[in-house]
Amino acid sequence: MLKVDHLNVYYGVIHAIKNVSFEVNQGEIVALIGANGAGKTSIMHAVSGLVKPKSGIISFMGEDITKLHAHKIIARKLAQVPEGRRIFAQLTVQDNLEMGAYLRTDNKINEDLEKVYQRFPRLKERRNQLAGTLSGGEQQMLAMGRALMSKPTLLLLDEPSMGLSPILVNEIFDIIKSINKDGVTVLLVEQNANKALSIADRAYVLETGNVIVSGKAADVANDSKVREAYLG
Amino acid sequence: MEFLTQIINGLSTGGMYALVAIGYTMVYGIAKMINFAHGEIIMVGAYLAYVMTSIVKVPIIVSVLVAIAGCALLGVVTEKVAYKPLRNSGSLAVLITAIGVSYLLQNLFLILFGSAARTFPQFMPSGTVSLFGAHITYVALLSLVLTFICTGLLLLFINKTKLGKAMRAVSEDRGAAELMGINVNTTISLTFAIGSGLGAIAGIIYGMSYSLINPYLGAMLGIKAFIAAVLGGIGSIQGAMVGGLIIGVAEAFTISYISSAFSDAVVFGILIFILLVKPAGLFGQNMREKV
Ligand SMILES: Nc1ncnc2c1ncn2[C@@H]1O[C@H](COP(=O)(O)OP(=O)(O)OP(=O)(O)O)[C@@H](O)[C@H]1O
Ligand SMILES: [Mg+2]
Repeated sequence: MLKVDHLNVYYGVIHAIKNVSFEVNQGEIVALIGANGAGKTSIMHAVSGLVKPKSGIISFMGEDITKLHAHKIIARKLAQVPEGRRIFAQLTVQDNLEMGAYLRTDNKINEDLEKVYQRFPRLKERRNQLAGTLSGGEQQMLAMGRALMSKPTLLLLDEPSMGLSPILVNEIFDIIKSINKDGVTVLLVEQNANKALSIADRAYVLETGNVIVSGKAADVANDSKVREAYLG
Repeated sequence: MEFLTQIINGLSTGGMYALVAIGYTMVYGIAKMINFAHGEIIMVGAYLAYVMTSIVKVPIIVSVLVAIAGCALLGVVTEKVAYKPLRNSGSLAVLITAIGVSYLLQNLFLILFGSAARTFPQFMPSGTVSLFGAHITYVALLSLVLTFICTGLLLLFINKTKLGKAMRAVSEDRGAAELMGINVNTTISLTFAIGSGLGAIAGIIYGMSYSLINPYLGAMLGIKAFIAAVLGGIGSIQGAMVGGLIIGVAEAFTISYISSAFSDAVVFGILIFILLVKPAGLFGQNMREKV
């Protein structure tokens, strides 16, 4: 479904992503694990079109999307919940969700809005509240709901558990599983390797811009290097 | 009722400042830059209306529409040609470019029309109406009404329509807005078009109020409107509106009760005062330098 081939991303002279290749198949949850600065967000941004890679090919549903603008990539139903949520603080909860459906012209938008509210009842109670006044956990739910409003076939999640209490982390991971069950393929970036590996089908481990380990989630979880570095 | 007359005259000049200030504030909010060439767009608007009415001799309504469309187009083109290539450069480069654009337009119109003032055509009868004993010119009344209508429509657009919400989304977080599928380039163009179109209306109000126009008219008008935008809190449309009205009234009072020589000093005094006391402006949020 998503295929990233020999991706190289530079920021000026900084070579952030070095020849990274990976793929995500339809229906999977794939985890991308790595320490701070490993390059996880850079990969997500390259896939979504927010940064332009120096070389490499990113293809989605068999088509080359490497050079497309971000707003053209979401049009192909590839959505991202960015790191740090980046909800629109000055817009209401409902307006944020409406922005998620910005490109849609079909008449099912209200139906999907209700589905998002069903998945995240706390958002419904706060639909007319400014998004900036939500708690961190609620903002994460809003960011996820907003991305779901675009009806994605592939959803990129960049550290959805960041800054959340353990209970909320479990809740978020359950929601990711249920989103995946509903037919959305998921590429999940996490530092919480334990949790990510527990719900993922496959995983890639990233270190300073290189993929160092990859395979079935269970195998990656048992890899000695990974255990030492991430699982303690 | 001298006092009331001054207030209403002040509000009407202030309305003109407000229309210009909205242009500064919207462009700042969305493109994160101060478009110092905005004053010259106002000047171009006034000249377009003048040329269409006095030289081409089309009906007034056509002149007005041509001026609005012409300025909107000029704003969009200026952004595409001069500012867009600098989007990832420092703000100093953008500032210098904007000043360059402003001189370019000023000098272009000096070459085309000379430095002598032109007489702006009479767009409406020059009578006055009496309101609670105050004498108000039709032009002053029109200016005030137009300001409220334009600002009201704009607020409605920004707050209630999907496109308006998308503009606010871009203003908050350009990258996140792109992830929603919002085309940031189109949004920025739209912002310049709206700001410049409102500027054309302000230019026409200027022509009607002062009867004479010259290629320098945008300079002082632009600075005062910019001060109004800062006073109201740059980035805030309501702020630009209120800031414009305050500057207009302050100016009118200074002129009639102190001396016209002091009016500019008072306006700049207000700027210094607000920068010292409430740098974010009346309606401003705490300004964070965006990285
Ligand atoms: N806009 C930028 N300009 C310059 N360097 C950048 C930029 N964004 C990222 N980098 C650098 O690229 C490298 C990878 O950063 P990236 O944000 O992709 O890491 P990450 O794996 O997402 O880290 P974290 O877990 O902390 O979010 C880092 O060394 C970072 O300093
Ligand atoms: Mg990151």
